[in-house]
Amino acid sequence: MRIIRHLRTLLDAPLTEAAPPAADAALAELAGQVDAAARQRLGRSLSIREVDAGSCNGCELEIHALNNAFYDIERFGIRFVASPRHADVLLVTGPVTRNMREALERTYVATPSPKWVVAVGDCAVDGGLFAGSYAVEGGVAAVIPVDLHIRGCPPTPTQLLAGLLALLGSSR
Amino acid sequence: MGRTFAALIGRATRGTDLRPWPRLHADVEGWLRAAGGLRDGAYGLAGYWGEPGRVNLALIDIPTETAEAPTGGLCLVSLDCPAGRFPSVGAVFPPAIRLERTICDLHGMRADGNPDPRPWLDHGCWRAREGMPGAAPAGRATDYPFLPVEGESLHRIPVGPVHAGIIEPGHFRFTCSGETVVRLEERLGYVHKGIEGLMAGASLERAAHLAGRVSGDSTVAYALAFAQAVEAATQTVVPERAVWLRALMAELERIANHLGDIGAICNDAAFSIMLAHCGVLRERVLRAAALCFGHRLMMDKVIPGGVAADLTTDGRAVIEGLLAEVRARLPELAGLYDKTTSLQDRTVGTGHLRPDLARRFGCGGVIGRASGRAVDARRLPGYPPYDQLPFDIPVAEAGDVDARVRVRFAEVVKSLSLITHALARMPAGPVLATISPSDGDQPAEGLALVEGFRGDILLWVRLRPDRTVDRCHARDPSWFQWPLLEAVIEGNIVADFPLCNKSFNCSYSGHDL
Repeated sequence: MRIIRHLRTLLDAPLTEAAPPAADAALAELAGQVDAAARQRLGRSLSIREVDAGSCNGCELEIHALNNAFYDIERFGIRFVASPRHADVLLVTGPVTRNMREALERTYVATPSPKWVVAVGDCAVDGGLFAGSYAVEGGVAAVIPVDLHIRGCPPTPTQLLAGLLALLGSSR
Repeated sequence: MGRTFAALIGRATRGTDLRPWPRLHADVEGWLRAAGGLRDGAYGLAGYWGEPGRVNLALIDIPTETAEAPTGGLCLVSLDCPAGRFPSVGAVFPPAIRLERTICDLHGMRADGNPDPRPWLDHGCWRAREGMPGAAPAGRATDYPFLPVEGESLHRIPVGPVHAGIIEPGHFRFTCSGETVVRLEERLGYVHKGIEGLMAGASLERAAHLAGRVSGDSTVAYALAFAQAVEAATQTVVPERAVWLRALMAELERIANHLGDIGAICNDAAFSIMLAHCGVLRERVLRAAALCFGHRLMMDKVIPGGVAADLTTDGRAVIEGLLAEVRARLPELAGLYDKTTSLQDRTVGTGHLRPDLARRFGCGGVIGRASGRAVDARRLPGYPPYDQLPFDIPVAEAGDVDARVRVRFAEVVKSLSLITHALARMPAGPVLATISPSDGDQPAEGLALVEGFRGDILLWVRLRPDRTVDRCHARDPSWFQWPLLEAVIEGNIVADFPLCNKSFNCSYSGHDL
């Protein structure tokens, strides 16, 4: 039985799927905003620090999924890091609650330049469903400059990957 | 039913302004008596929240030190406090303290006698409270005084709110002696979005969307709790097929989350192969959900009156295929966990939760059941279709990280079998009913208790005659689990905190609201 199982493992095709094309909307947004010289310095790898600034945790679930065998984000040179000091990109979710504003600002300041900010999820764009609350700022751009928005509630891993590949592609 | 609980609901009214549970409009003396019952362990605390000029205490007839043959029934005790003051329940029953601090933060009412007057969700950043009727003046909090810890050679480790992983924000203040944690103090509230304020005046559709985003990982359970509360308030009958589809979605959500948790716990013990395998299975569940219902997390698919997506014949085949795959793979993973002694070296005996603490705090879900509490809202009080389904509640006694992993494995097996039953017994027919219109000019209130993957979610709603939401309160299971994390880490080493924390997997968003 054991041998059969091992053989099966050898014969099975990998679960990892082909990369989605970089998102057109993301490429268009980046072309207008991200400085070409800075993009060249970035090369082919991206270190991402994820910051939850008030999300419902739905986006976190799908960002986590980027690491599973189907999407395997590390094959593109994209990896998640523990400290903003190691990061090129801040991946920010949530409408930015007032209680998280200072922490987000300090994380941004702690990230060395060149750096990019990607706002993930509908509520990170403009507050989304939570817009107008006394407790939220109403989107990431209300607090720190944003280079790219990836919409969705939550965006699927494929949408996230397409957005991040656009960042990587445009920075080549 | 316990005598004290019976006496309590003997004085309550039923079916007038709240459904389906009785309500007691208490005076101060009745309020104190209700608090005394909590102190004596005659029943449990299911929720505690404020609204302008009133505080509400939801009590539940649940296994406690003294309750006899509990039914899981609820009773809502309400106290009018026009002067903005009410006697503290936390003074005699500590699990109520954080809830009381929150009532004070959000509504400006004061709990006389609360031993901890510090703010909780209010960090002093809210400039105004537009959209939160009757709220307190903003900006109360300034420097947050952590509890003092005294002793020789103690050091403090502040962690968060931004953590090292892809997780939600919160602050942990560790006080350590060498490697050993002497005290952990949590500070939460960073993701407070003001959901109760946004709910006030919202249409049913918008309010359902908000409810589905109180804690995204439990979106089905929250949407179900909201729908059940609205249906109770309006006495709407849900079509039979929708009831079964809701259970199908809820169990898919439970399986997906438990698989994610099992993988994440093992990964925090540096056993990443389990995360890889569980990640694949979890992805299969989410893809099946997307194929069948059009959304990977099934957001906004459970709505008041029924469900927003029916299961097609093709969808049925997808679910059957998924069940077959998870059934085939799960024993291998459980076996892998069982045979890896280096992994169990980390999980066995780590983060022990005492059964009496779990009981006192009314801690539900996997955490409570891994510490010997046989509670599950699907059984106690129970709701359709689970009242027609045979299943027992997996319970463990050890109360450590290992027990919490094993209960999760067992619950995945149960959920697979519940889905099989649901597929077999689901009748054909409509999946959505219209919410009954109001027959007068009185508001209608509903209360629901639903078992999410994390434990029991309480949801209360008051609808206006035009069927918009007047007020809504959702109580996440994490309210009664977060305080216990502080207790279980004591005496463990700092390096085992991630393990303890993951094995709890409390919601920040659900707690902070």
